[in-house]
Amino acid sequence: MRFLDYLLLFAGMGLVTYIPRWLPLLYLAHRRLPQWLIDWLSLIPVAILSALLAPILFTQAAPRAIDLGKPELLIAIPTFVVAWKTKSLGGTVIVGMALYWLVGMI
Amino acid sequence: MDNKPQQPKKDPRPSMPLLRQGAGAAWPICLGYFPVGLALGVLAQQASIPVWAVAMMSILVFAGSGQFICVAMLASGASILAIILTVFVVNLRHALMSSALAIHLQGVNRWFLSLFAYGITDESFAVNMTRFRDQEWSRWSALTVNQLSNLVWISSTVSGTVIGQFIPQGAFGIDYALTGMFICLLGYQLQGKIFVATALIAAVIATLWYVVIPGDSYIVAASMLAATIGFILKRRWRKK
Repeated sequence: MRFLDYLLLFAGMGLVTYIPRWLPLLYLAHRRLPQWLIDWLSLIPVAILSALLAPILFTQAAPRAIDLGKPELLIAIPTFVVAWKTKSLGGTVIVGMALYWLVGMI
Repeated sequence: MDNKPQQPKKDPRPSMPLLRQGAGAAWPICLGYFPVGLALGVLAQQASIPVWAVAMMSILVFAGSGQFICVAMLASGASILAIILTVFVVNLRHALMSSALAIHLQGVNRWFLSLFAYGITDESFAVNMTRFRDQEWSRWSALTVNQLSNLVWISSTVSGTVIGQFIPQGAFGIDYALTGMFICLLGYQLQGKIFVATALIAAVIATLWYVVIPGDSYIVAASMLAATIGFILKRRWRKK
């Protein structure tokens, strides 16, 4: 591909990435939001994080199937305990990486 | 509908302490992005995408999963239109995050919002939402989180293209960086039984949806369904 092909592709991707991030914020930040919408949106972070995380821990990718024996799941337990006790994002990431590295070497 | 914007309670001007607070919150994200960005760079290099194109992609499109899909589709010879459409669907989940962030950025001017929106990712969203809820968190600190992680993302994807092939696969457990981050960020969100219930419902729906339905629709579908069920449960429990 040439420069212009790449530019066209990435500009298009950039546009469809930016618009969903931009329009709701721009629109909703200047409206008085009804209470039910605030209540619903306050549950969105926990729901999204759980939805992003669950397939990583509980499934294998190819072919897609439920798998409850992955090291990712095993390591998630002590990692969660560290997160809960320390409330430190950086510390949790480092502990999780170290454990995953150790398990990979065993 | 009432069009009068609600003014934020307190809106300090940008200052070094606020930017430093943002940087303090951003470093774990940067730590997580670095290996992932390197990996993306390596894949791009293997798909013979030139360095300047990787740089251009990371500047125009700040979206990890979308970029991975783009590289994979380019390698398999997909059309430009097919790639753009796929990236659109994969990144639709950010519309939900953008909506949730609007609660904390009420009445902020449109220039700031337009700049801020560019940096809304899964990770910056979760970090900023937690801080907005738990403490005095300035929009300038939040913007710093977005822009710093973006800088790290751009530089790590570019360096991955150049030096990535010299780094052994799986070194230092880097593949677990984002998972560890999600675990901790999820922990931050568990502020009572309704949140725990919503998390469990989302996990079950997402897992089943992921196994049964190809593609990435499980993220948006499971989070909207779980939030709705959680919302109904909350109303029920309140009435009792």
